[in-house]
Amino acid sequence: MAGTGKDVSSETLGEAGTPLFIVRLACNDPMPKHELILLKNMMQPGYTGSLADYEKTGGYQALRNTLGKLAPADVTAIVRKSGLRGRGGAGFPTGVKWGFLPKDYQGPRYLCCNADESEPGTFKDRQLMERDPHQVLEGIVLACYAIGSETAYIYIRGEMVLGSKILEHAIGEARAAGYIGKNVLGSGINVDVWVHRGAGAYICGEETALLESLEGKRGLPRIKPPFPATHGLYNKPTVVNNVETLANLPHIITRGPEWFAAIGSPPKSTGTRVFCVSGHVKRPGNYEVPMGMTVRELVYEYAGGMRSDKPLKAFIPGGASAPFLTPAHLDVKLDFEHVAAAGSMLGSGGVTVMEEGTSMVWAALRLMEFFYHESCGKCSPCREGSSWLVQTMRRIFAKRGRMEDLETLLDLCKNIAGRTVCAFGDAEVAPIQSTLKHWRHEYVDLINEAEAANLIRPEPVARR
Amino acid sequence: MTFVEKYKDEIADILSRYPVRRSALIPLLYVAQRDQGYVTESAMQEIAHLLRLTPPQVYETITFYTMFNLKPVGTFHIQVCKSLMCALVGSDTVIEWIKTKLGIGPGESTADGLFSLSVVECLAACGTGPMMQINEDYYEQLTENKLDRILTDLRSTGTSPLKSGPFMWPEPVKT
Ligand SMILES: Cc1cc2nc3c(=O)[nH]c(=O)nc-3n(C[C@H](O)[C@H](O)[C@H](O)COP(=O)(O)O)c2cc1C
Ligand code: SF4
Ligand code: FES
Repeated sequence: MAGTGKDVSSETLGEAGTPLFIVRLACNDPMPKHELILLKNMMQPGYTGSLADYEKTGGYQALRNTLGKLAPADVTAIVRKSGLRGRGGAGFPTGVKWGFLPKDYQGPRYLCCNADESEPGTFKDRQLMERDPHQVLEGIVLACYAIGSETAYIYIRGEMVLGSKILEHAIGEARAAGYIGKNVLGSGINVDVWVHRGAGAYICGEETALLESLEGKRGLPRIKPPFPATHGLYNKPTVVNNVETLANLPHIITRGPEWFAAIGSPPKSTGTRVFCVSGHVKRPGNYEVPMGMTVRELVYEYAGGMRSDKPLKAFIPGGASAPFLTPAHLDVKLDFEHVAAAGSMLGSGGVTVMEEGTSMVWAALRLMEFFYHESCGKCSPCREGSSWLVQTMRRIFAKRGRMEDLETLLDLCKNIAGRTVCAFGDAEVAPIQSTLKHWRHEYVDLINEAEAANLIRPEPVARR
Repeated sequence: MTFVEKYKDEIADILSRYPVRRSALIPLLYVAQRDQGYVTESAMQEIAHLLRLTPPQVYETITFYTMFNLKPVGTFHIQVCKSLMCALVGSDTVIEWIKTKLGIGPGESTADGLFSLSVVECLAACGTGPMMQINEDYYEQLTENKLDRILTDLRSTGTSPLKSGPFMWPEPVKT
């Protein structure tokens, strides 16, 4: 169990009839058939993530080989050549993003490490930070060097108290060893890294909301353009990168862009992804695999297959914001292009598996409740729309729906997606649109039941 | 002693990290919350003054974030995740257990002020659900037995060895 070492494998959960197995099996069973990059160190038994442990595995060599030897523009060129794309959700090419910073700007620039990890289904950044914090820090310092920033803020979600303490401690170690602070490794370069805790708001993972929050304001996304590359933190040129994106950098520098670009599904989806598998599988957890592996292999070989004899009914390939897919999509390759072509998105890498017997209306409602709770309220389609959507979904699930509710749902979705300040609007309609597309009959059955029982009653308007 | 006097050094350290004072707002609110268990109005006033903000500017920020309490909460604030991935593996059952064991529902506190219950959204532990956070600690892969042990531990010692350490799941096999 996460960190406690106590065994609860034999206990089962839940009321009679719902055996909820907790199966404790080790992760390198089956042995990974490919090389691990990000999880490699922490997979060594006894690896603590301390500076000494990290240095023993070659840690901070990338930084040593960069400072004074490569120009910042060379680092950006290497990252661009590697094909590395953002692991935070949107998948934007990292080197290209860095290239958008104004070249001739005199004055401070900032790097923000997005450690807000709040997309339901995602729990990889937590592991990367808590088990191998220096890997992330080395990536941060390298990115700062490449973009000419002297200050980086790690915006970590407020609930991860342990993670923020581990990072603070690691920063202290790195500062004492000269990897962070004034005149890093005698190169004349200054890089300060600070941990900044959020305070419980999903939307602060959106990059411009993150910047607002870091400025001490409500986390309301900004209208883009202008983009953070020119007007970011304190209106200065800023790069926002995800934890996993940054953790890849030391490896790309050390082993070269060609090595990285050959992993996964080149040319557009290079490298590995740490997929977070959750739901009705035998061995949920974080699995680092080359991009392009099929969902089938990830679910049945790495995550051990379904937890009971019920077959797979549905899965979400990229966190709560990604549309649901069906067993017909099990052979879809987990890379940016193939998942998009299948009608969903790779997003944050959170793969959630649902077994036969799970109500899709219920599942979509659960996610809708999340989005309703987390809408920041800045723009009306999302603020009002999420409220309408959740009320309509609740009504249908409580068997008080009417057939025209289905049109209402679709109509609302159409009027939210693409019409909002931030991409949250597109995300919140995904569960409903996709379940309505693939499992419309489940909605219809619930409504038919309501009509047959004549259960349709007006419902009092819920207020927030 | 005022809040600002009491935490003079810590506040100075926080302020030194940001080129713009207002950025220190959330970190300072955390200090205030640690002090009293919730953020008092007088602390908000002091922080506003220190950061050269108006009290409404502080208030508008603090009310956006769910982790700040504007009134006292129980000694142990139990927060159970109910988002989809945890719900798939039984988080609703966990909430029921807590309701029966402590006699409180979401948003309520026990009469002795020891426990409060909230139902919250995803806490980035979906692969090790069902899970809950109590004050600063995570408790994952909950079972009824485990929940009982945690509640007993908290009552007797104020903490529990069942809390999560640095997260990794699945764990490497020790050979
Ligand atoms: C509603 C919303 C929530 C987001 N949450 C996160 C998050 O928790 N973590 C993250 O890294 N990116 C998140 N993103 C993506 C960021 O806006 C941004 O694209 C990302 O941090 C850029 O880093 P990358 O290029 O390294 O992926 C979110 C985006 C949206 C629209
Ligand atoms: S889409 Fe929703 S979350 Fe995004 S800015 Fe608008 S109201 Fe806020
Ligand atoms: S869904 Fe419960 S921790 Fe993510």
